[in-house]
Amino acid sequence: MLRIKGLDVYHGYVQAVRGLSMHVKEGELLAILGSNGAGKSSLLGTLAGLNKPAKGDILLKRKGDTPPSEECPQRMKGDTPPSEECPQRMKGDTPHLAETEECPQSYQAITGNSPEKMVRLGISLVPERREIFGSLNVLDNLMLGAYHRYRSDKAIIPSDIREVMEFFPALKDRENELAGTLSGGLQQMLAIGRALMARPKLLLLDEPSVGLAPLVVREIMSILAQLKNTGVTIMLVEQNTRAALKVADRALVMERGTITISGSSDELMSDVKVQQAYLGRARVQAAVAL
Amino acid sequence: MSDQLLQLLFTGLTLGSIYSLIALALVTTFKVTGILNLAQGEFVAIGALLAISLYATGIPMFAAFILAIILVAIMGGCLERAAIHPARRASGLTLIIITLGLSISLRGLALLIWGTDTYSLPAFSQGGPLIIGGAVLNPQSFWILGLAVITLSVLYAFLGLTYAGKAVKAAVINRTAARLVGINPNTISFWAFVGSGALGAAAGIFIAPVTMSTYDMGFMLAIKGFVAAVIGGLNNIGGAVLGGLLLGVLESYSAGLISSGLKDGLAIIILLVVLMVKPHGILGLLGERKI
Repeated sequence: MLRIKGLDVYHGYVQAVRGLSMHVKEGELLAILGSNGAGKSSLLGTLAGLNKPAKGDILLKRKGDTPPSEECPQRMKGDTPPSEECPQRMKGDTPHLAETEECPQSYQAITGNSPEKMVRLGISLVPERREIFGSLNVLDNLMLGAYHRYRSDKAIIPSDIREVMEFFPALKDRENELAGTLSGGLQQMLAIGRALMARPKLLLLDEPSVGLAPLVVREIMSILAQLKNTGVTIMLVEQNTRAALKVADRALVMERGTITISGSSDELMSDVKVQQAYLGRARVQAAVAL
Repeated sequence: MSDQLLQLLFTGLTLGSIYSLIALALVTTFKVTGILNLAQGEFVAIGALLAISLYATGIPMFAAFILAIILVAIMGGCLERAAIHPARRASGLTLIIITLGLSISLRGLALLIWGTDTYSLPAFSQGGPLIIGGAVLNPQSFWILGLAVITLSVLYAFLGLTYAGKAVKAAVINRTAARLVGINPNTISFWAFVGSGALGAAAGIFIAPVTMSTYDMGFMLAIKGFVAAVIGGLNNIGGAVLGGLLLGVLESYSAGLISSGLKDGLAIIILLVVLMVKPHGILGLLGERKI
């Protein structure tokens, strides 16, 4: 549903993301792992419209996608090479980018859009510091999550709030309390709930476990797994590698702005480099050897 | 003596209501955009002068007022798009200098259109003054006080009870988070200037029957409004009204009991004292994020 090609992102003179190419499949939970400064948050910020990329393309699957034969008539000729079958196909498109086997005509370029536009297109970010509206109550925070569709969906917003509350029952008891007075875990749940109120196609989560107790992290991860089952596509940036790999379908490891390892969660869980660098296996082995 | 004190109190409250209205417009714009709009006084002057000119053409008084308010509101929106929006990423100081430029330009425009003459409007309601406890209260004072109360109530209701008002509050609380839920701060900034234009014009029209309207009347009113806003905390709507009333009453007592020459100087003295003793104002807190 999302394709990124040759993305470069800078913070001042520092390059945070370097020529990054990747894709996200519809309905999957993709974990993005890596140490501090690897460029994970910069990538999510760029997808949410907070950072403007210096170079590269971000393509999002269009709404109400039609079958390939209608959207890209040239595709049906079959005997022509991929680069010619559909004029919109990006030059230099690599096989792993095109593995969705969909005509690029069904994708729209969203590179450099504002955060407001990204939300309207179906991309919602839960930022690392939660960024809830502390002096508004829980209910108002959730209501404002549906801001971009408030006019069109006014009647169904109360039922959407009830639906979000079912995911986060702890918020229901506090719905009239100021968001700033909630515990860290509840604030994180509120931030996720507020993002869900936008009815995103793609939910971006930036380190949801940071600063939370292990039990709360487990609860948040279990909620993410439930969310995935509802069909929401999720990109999860996380330093808690073990927790992320437990819920993710697929994972990527970023180092210095590029992807260095990618594969299924199981593959990454058994990858020696991932084990040594991110799962603490080397430290355990060293401790055993001592 | 007590009659005189009561009389000075009434005069001070009327004066203070005018300052409160200007402070309300300043604070609302500051809360929403982070910009201290130094052209706010010109919105007041142009609103009053436009209403007087429209009324002079034979348009019914009420229609002339509404038309003047709408025209100044449109002017506020146009100025935001033309001068503030293109410089939205500039520093706070640059933006203040831009509003200072707008203030000078608008004053020049008013001078070109209305010249240096003074203008006045008839009182909104007929009838003699009201005598309360030996003190005289002009009927127009009720209109001014009423406008201040209604404006404050509408602002509180808008921010506290409506969805759009909560979106504005959200953008004031956390700009990034507001953008992440789809709230466009640029749109809010535009409407803040439209609203402050309308409010400034309304204030100018309501005070026109009790003060002489001139092209440069906005300058001193803007300073008084600013002092009132600072007394209230600069980002506190209730504080702005309280600050305006306090300034009006203090001015009235100082002019009546000490010397009328103190009247304008007192505002600056109060400003200095507040900034030195209680820089966050009597109710507010400086340092909220701007949009």
